[in-house]
Amino acid sequence: MERNIAFIALFAALIAALGLLPKFTLLSGIPITAQSLGIMLCGTVLGAKRGAMAVVLFLALVALGLPLLAGGRGGLGVFASPWAGFLFGFPVAAFATGIIVEKYRKGPLNVVAGVAAVIGGIGVLYAIAIPYYMIAADKGLLASTLIMAPFVPGDLIKAIIAGLITGALYKARPAAVLSRS
Amino acid sequence: MLALTLPRKTPAHGIRASWKLLALAVFSALLVPLENLWLLAGFLAGTVILHLLLGKGVLRYAVWMMRPIALFGAIILGFHLITNDLAAGFRIILRMLTLVSLANLVTMTTKLSDMIAVVEWLLTPLAKLGVNTHVFGIATAMVIRFTPVLIDKATALGESWRARSVKRAGWRIVMPLCLTAIDDAERVAEAIKARGGI
Repeated sequence: MERNIAFIALFAALIAALGLLPKFTLLSGIPITAQSLGIMLCGTVLGAKRGAMAVVLFLALVALGLPLLAGGRGGLGVFASPWAGFLFGFPVAAFATGIIVEKYRKGPLNVVAGVAAVIGGIGVLYAIAIPYYMIAADKGLLASTLIMAPFVPGDLIKAIIAGLITGALYKARPAAVLSRS
Repeated sequence: MLALTLPRKTPAHGIRASWKLLALAVFSALLVPLENLWLLAGFLAGTVILHLLLGKGVLRYAVWMMRPIALFGAIILGFHLITNDLAAGFRIILRMLTLVSLANLVTMTTKLSDMIAVVEWLLTPLAKLGVNTHVFGIATAMVIRFTPVLIDKATALGESWRARSVKRAGWRIVMPLCLTAIDDAERVAEAIKARGGI
């Protein structure tokens, strides 16, 4: 009980800290932050339930008015923008990522976690963010997808990094990778 | 850590947090189905006047909080210039500006502790079902305490990387940062248990 709460809270803090790392810019000129890497790591390291709870806790604190989103944003206003589908999709993405890592135990963890991050942290996330944007901004499927497409290469890099980090963490602290214990 | 609450007191600070949140929810629900351009513009004007009535500097702070929206507005307008449907573009932008600025206004005029109190009140039905809602307060306090700790750790890791390399550390410090978070979590869990648990 205490251990679960401590891990959930510390990973919520980790998402916030990653959002404030200096962003690196892709060749396409799109800046990417490490915040969604934090979402993926919550799923791959904590597993489905605890990972989703860490993300919900993080979002609750953002809604309450702490400037924890990348770029120091926060408050209730961020949930009213057409991009808020990403925020609402974050817990689901962490859950989906976590459940794949929990269920699929064959193969090296860094590969499984990387694939899980692609399916959960990109596939599931965009499956929520794009329809939300279509309704909120009143756009068609093609236009919405085109607007979001530039972010996908960065997300793929983050999914690979999430897989590598999860594999390395499993070697360093096997008992702490709750998705596999 | 800094919250997004306005540093100065305004008349809106005195209104109960639950009332402000309820008013925001009702108003947002009413505004979303509106299609009339003039009506939407009127509501945005009303929102601006509300900011001005609350005192000096409130509007400037509100505009500062809207930074990320500006880029989005430009994309939307550009898109609708191409598709020749400017009215639809303005409709989306007006509605979004009003909704986001009103939500931000609630954040700006409500203390963090009052917000947490509202969440705990909303969770009371769960407490009656036997869920330990006290946990939310503990977890919240832990996130608020440990976010600056992890940020400091990330800064230190980045600086020691720079001391050894000409390149920026980037993602390579994420793994040690995760280890810090894991080790801190284990220690905090032990400390809570040693003090009688939750």
